[in-house]
Amino acid sequence: MSTATGMQAARVNEIVARYQAKPASLLQILREVQECCDWISPESVGIVSRALQLPRLKIEAVATFYSFLYLQPRGRYRVLFSDNITDHMAGSRELLEQMCKRLWIEKGKVSEDGLVSVDTTSCTGMCDQGPGMLVNNIALAGLSAERVDAICDLITDQVPIAAWPSAFFAVEDNIRRRDILLKAEAVPGAALQAAFARGAEATLREILQSKLRGRGGAGFSAGTKWESCRNAQGDTRYVVCNADEGEPGTFKDRVLLHSHADAVIEGMTVCAYVIGARRGFLYLRGEYRYLLDALLAVLARRRGQRLLGEDIAGREGFDFDIEIHLGAGAYVCGEESALIESLEGKRGTPRNRPPYPVTHGYLDQPTVVNNVETFAACRLIAERGGEWYARHGTPESSGTKLLSVSGDCGRPGIYEFPFGVTVREVLNECGARNTQAVQISGPSGICLAPDEFSRRIAFEDIPTAGAFMIFDRRRDMFEVARNFVDFFKHESCGFCTPCRVGTSLLSNLMAKLHGGRGSPYDFAEIEKLNIYLQTLSHCGLGHSACNPVLHTIAKFRPAYASRLVHHEFVPAFDLDRALSTARQMTGRDDSGAHLKEDT
Amino acid sequence: MSDSCFSLDGASIAFAAGQTILQAAMDAGHYIPHLCFHPELKPHGSCKVCSVRVDGNMMASCTTPARQGMKVESATTEVDDQRRAVVQMLFVEGNHFCPSCEQSGRCKLQATAYELQMTSPHFDHFFPDRAVDASHPDFLLDFNRCILCSLCVRASRDVDQKAVFGLAGRGIGTRLIVNSESGRLGDSDFAATDKAAQVCPVGAILRKRQGFNVPIGQRTYDVAPIRESDRGGPEKR
Repeated sequence: MSTATGMQAARVNEIVARYQAKPASLLQILREVQECCDWISPESVGIVSRALQLPRLKIEAVATFYSFLYLQPRGRYRVLFSDNITDHMAGSRELLEQMCKRLWIEKGKVSEDGLVSVDTTSCTGMCDQGPGMLVNNIALAGLSAERVDAICDLITDQVPIAAWPSAFFAVEDNIRRRDILLKAEAVPGAALQAAFARGAEATLREILQSKLRGRGGAGFSAGTKWESCRNAQGDTRYVVCNADEGEPGTFKDRVLLHSHADAVIEGMTVCAYVIGARRGFLYLRGEYRYLLDALLAVLARRRGQRLLGEDIAGREGFDFDIEIHLGAGAYVCGEESALIESLEGKRGTPRNRPPYPVTHGYLDQPTVVNNVETFAACRLIAERGGEWYARHGTPESSGTKLLSVSGDCGRPGIYEFPFGVTVREVLNECGARNTQAVQISGPSGICLAPDEFSRRIAFEDIPTAGAFMIFDRRRDMFEVARNFVDFFKHESCGFCTPCRVGTSLLSNLMAKLHGGRGSPYDFAEIEKLNIYLQTLSHCGLGHSACNPVLHTIAKFRPAYASRLVHHEFVPAFDLDRALSTARQMTGRDDSGAHLKEDT
Repeated sequence: MSDSCFSLDGASIAFAAGQTILQAAMDAGHYIPHLCFHPELKPHGSCKVCSVRVDGNMMASCTTPARQGMKVESATTEVDDQRRAVVQMLFVEGNHFCPSCEQSGRCKLQATAYELQMTSPHFDHFFPDRAVDASHPDFLLDFNRCILCSLCVRASRDVDQKAVFGLAGRGIGTRLIVNSESGRLGDSDFAATDKAAQVCPVGAILRKRQGFNVPIGQRTYDVAPIRESDRGGPEKR
């Protein structure tokens, strides 16, 4: 065994030991191995497999599910450009090309000296300050040509990331409008004291009375969820905060966790008090790895303040603590049952439901899974009361909603509005002009045309997890939809046939239209595939994978019609394009190296 | 026998508590097309070929619990059209060349395609590049034909207590993997007597040196269509 391998083995053993070789910690162990060793070598797989007493295959199955874990070397610097449509609009593709040229590498490949790889990744949640990027899973925002050049220099000089200028890692909150949630001053412990004074049952009644609905998008009643969990049969109960904010265009949880972490954690603690949980998890998306240390510090401080741990706030027998679990690049883990699978250290495949997490969640025990913003609102309700909270918003959608505004507008960022606000009011407030379309709640949400801008953000009209992406008249809505289709293809978990194969077929058809080989036949095929995805898929990802196309077809049909350049079917196979490999190998690009169209 | 019943295309199907739609239908001798279901293994619900319309919604019948009074539509043109599309997706995802495949006539994918009157793969082929694993002395592993049904995964894990097979990767990159340091079947503890050796619905796990021991034309689904041979009862091979 070489010294390098020996050192690596020692580090892996240390990580495994820190997690007490628990199989449920497999994903966390692999993430840390990846972080310290730059990849997960066959030797590392062997060590983890023996220590956790899991078959090798299990380790490989989990590692290959998550985008940020690598079983092959991917370079000491792993650069991933955020690939959301808002990043494209801010010039990310040009910057990626610039970087590849500078570093003399191809996208998706590792440099020959094993130093660096450059690729794309799904939205990193920096849409209000794009283009975004991850380097070894640490977030960078606001990229420019100069910044990219500087990063190339740092990489070629092999400067450790810890020594890069701190300005490169600056992430702004960009809070543009505050309402009851963001205005409220979260005095640590105040909501808990109010809950104690009322008692657990009465606190639950306040949450029910507030009519608070989940802020992750689905809008299920938070109080009902808590009540079902509280009443469910089980030995242990768990509180889980879903901070796997993967919906492209959404970044409000990043801001809450950065600047209002106390409110979120206190909301979780109130929930634990109500349902009788002793253990909680915050599932933080891998893209927000940079927030980890600060969040751990908040948890540590609250333990010091006796707001976490044993006998919380002097209340004997109320013990509760929170662990942070990091994701590793898998959008589907935002689905609550997939998130629980991932928390248990497994592949993030959505479970068959029923049973639901409130009765059979983490380790099959009753579990409440709520969004970051939901817990922050719970803290407010515990302090101010349900009746007060329900006075805000609309009858069916109480309270306020944080909107992550990005795209074509003067002031992108976070806007907190009471439910019921119209799309037009938001557009006016953020300085959007010549708006052609707004994509609400991300690719899985809804695309609105100007004649719908008087519609309201509310569960009774347009429900949303918070994304609000604006496209002005310069934008090509077909390309917007194509970006979203590719996102779903990348994030499909692969469990069920219609989503696994259907999202790829859809992506290929959109690429065919993009490539100028579309005909009405392909358009009909796209419409058919959408139906299969919608009706046959296993989970919400597949069901909503067709939304971007369905909505843009309905509202921006000319963007498609202009792509149906052929009257009759034309095969997707393009002989001239198939020769591109040969051209690249021979270094030729003259007219003799090309086939003429229709020959 | 329980008194609980649901309706399947108008027929009344009795079911026992805990049974899924497909289990109850098969017990009653009704055929619903399926690929990732095996009566002796835990239902999975991934292939979606067994989808039926339940009170308006399409559901995988192998995992949806039977409920008193539910109305299930299975043998309708609309449901069969959707199933056929799923089977076509499986055909184009892998590399399935029936005329040269040793499993022809015993293959459930092929037989189900016939059952659903599939006349072409319809979608563009992916033609994936998948290597064959011939390392095991008695078995050939041909990933080209794997439809990711995970029957071998479940049989190995739940019946053989071995975990020889597993699914890795994500999305369209999902693939079958083998538990050994080299990743090859020959280096695993796979044995001919394993349940996992007997449940592959296609020709991905093939016994060596038995090629064409039964002539084409005399095989399971040549003799009787899959709706006859696969409605209830133990699997025949």
